Amino acid sequence: MFTFLHKYASPQYFYSWSASWQKWASIIAALLMSVGLYYSLLNSPADYQQGETVRIMYVHVPAAWLSMFGYMVMASAAIVTLIWRIKVAEIMIAQCAVIGASFTALALITGMLWGKPMWGAYWVWDARLTSELVLLFLYFGVIALSGAFDDERAGARAAAILTLVGIVNIPIIHYSVEWWNTLHQGPTVSKFDSPSAHPSMLIPLLVMALAFKAYFFAVLFKRARTELLLRERNTSWVKALLKEAV
Amino acid sequence: MRLFLFIFKRDMLLAIRRRRELANPLVFFIMVVSMFPLGVTPDHAFLAELSAGVIWVTALLAALISMDSMFRSDYGDGSLEQLLLMPGSKVVLISAKIAAHWVSIGLPLVIIAPLMSFLLFLPPQALPSLIITLLISTPILSLLGAVGVALTLSLRGGGVLSSLLTLPFYVPVLIFSTMAINAAAVNQPVSGYYALLAAFLIVSILLVPFAVVAALRVSYN
Repeated sequence: MFTFLHKYASPQYFYSWSASWQKWASIIAALLMSVGLYYSLLNSPADYQQGETVRIMYVHVPAAWLSMFGYMVMASAAIVTLIWRIKVAEIMIAQCAVIGASFTALALITGMLWGKPMWGAYWVWDARLTSELVLLFLYFGVIALSGAFDDERAGARAAAILTLVGIVNIPIIHYSVEWWNTLHQGPTVSKFDSPSAHPSMLIPLLVMALAFKAYFFAVLFKRARTELLLRERNTSWVKALLKEAV
Repeated sequence: MRLFLFIFKRDMLLAIRRRRELANPLVFFIMVVSMFPLGVTPDHAFLAELSAGVIWVTALLAALISMDSMFRSDYGDGSLEQLLLMPGSKVVLISAKIAAHWVSIGLPLVIIAPLMSFLLFLPPQALPSLIITLLISTPILSLLGAVGVALTLSLRGGGVLSSLLTLPFYVPVLIFSTMAINAAAVNQPVSGYYALLAAFLIVSILLVPFAVVAALRVSYN
């Protein structure tokens, strides 16, 4: 099994098979995004209390989910990096961090835009906002650390250790701010047996969430492939590839 | 255990030989705390309400700026590399270094904290909880700070980066400690917060040295 893993994770193989993955992830993201946006922006009911501003949720909630999902992917890449020292996984860490930080920022910004009409303020020191902000800081730390080393591979391993320390701490940080102060509404989707969101809102939301996930992988593969070419620019397979392209 | 005591004694001896450096975080602590009444207001009631948070945030910063001394000079003169090459458990070695760092930096902060509480008019009934939270939590600060320092050891200007990496991990400590002090100020039960902090401390003692050893390996590459 491990020889199989090493083969498919070798930079050259990864570069060739990830091309079609990237293509399909992009296509799925585009399809789901157009369907999801149509339903969420045009063909779903306005909330009886929040009015049309409820539509911000269809971007906000998927972005917030993705901000945590991105950290999980980054942590998986970190474990692979530390155990097998696979180059592709090393590259994934910094790329996940950049995308994850962007979506965390998006979740915070859309949350602020929604908070102004709903809570009357762009920012409140609420538990979820604060833990999302701390998550953004953690992403910044990973980005800064992985870029700080002259040796990229050492940088990736340092970032991997930081990521894993973070994954132990995230639940603690989350619950500590939860007890500290909370104003945010409770989860309305995770209660699967009886979701408190109506299907007419829940379905566009889930479609959007899947679209965001597909977009995440499309961008991740794109960034990882580009970074891989840059790092492997002196190897024979990249040179052969370039000759072919010219 | 012998290794632990040996490293602990060595680091304590080094710390005592560099007495002046030891005083710096304390002076920083006192100075920053005294800036708050100047910058905000000298009003008694207002400062009393603010005091737990101010003392705690300042203690965090004082601990952060002194983290560098844990490994940096040993890294610079090569003795850390020699210590790591010694036979014996590296986890024990790192734990001893962190313990020595806490005794030389964290403990003095705890000792002068009551003085700070007078400067900021902390309600007297909250003073014991200030000392207890500092006692439980400053070792956590040293432990988590060690990870940041170890990760950035081989970098130029790693000190600032290490603070950026460490500070988010300090959030739970800050929250539980100040909540405990504020609860004590209004005579509410506080033992729950102590239990949480103690749990956090135990988990940190068990896990952090492994992370530090892994981080040092990266720094030595």
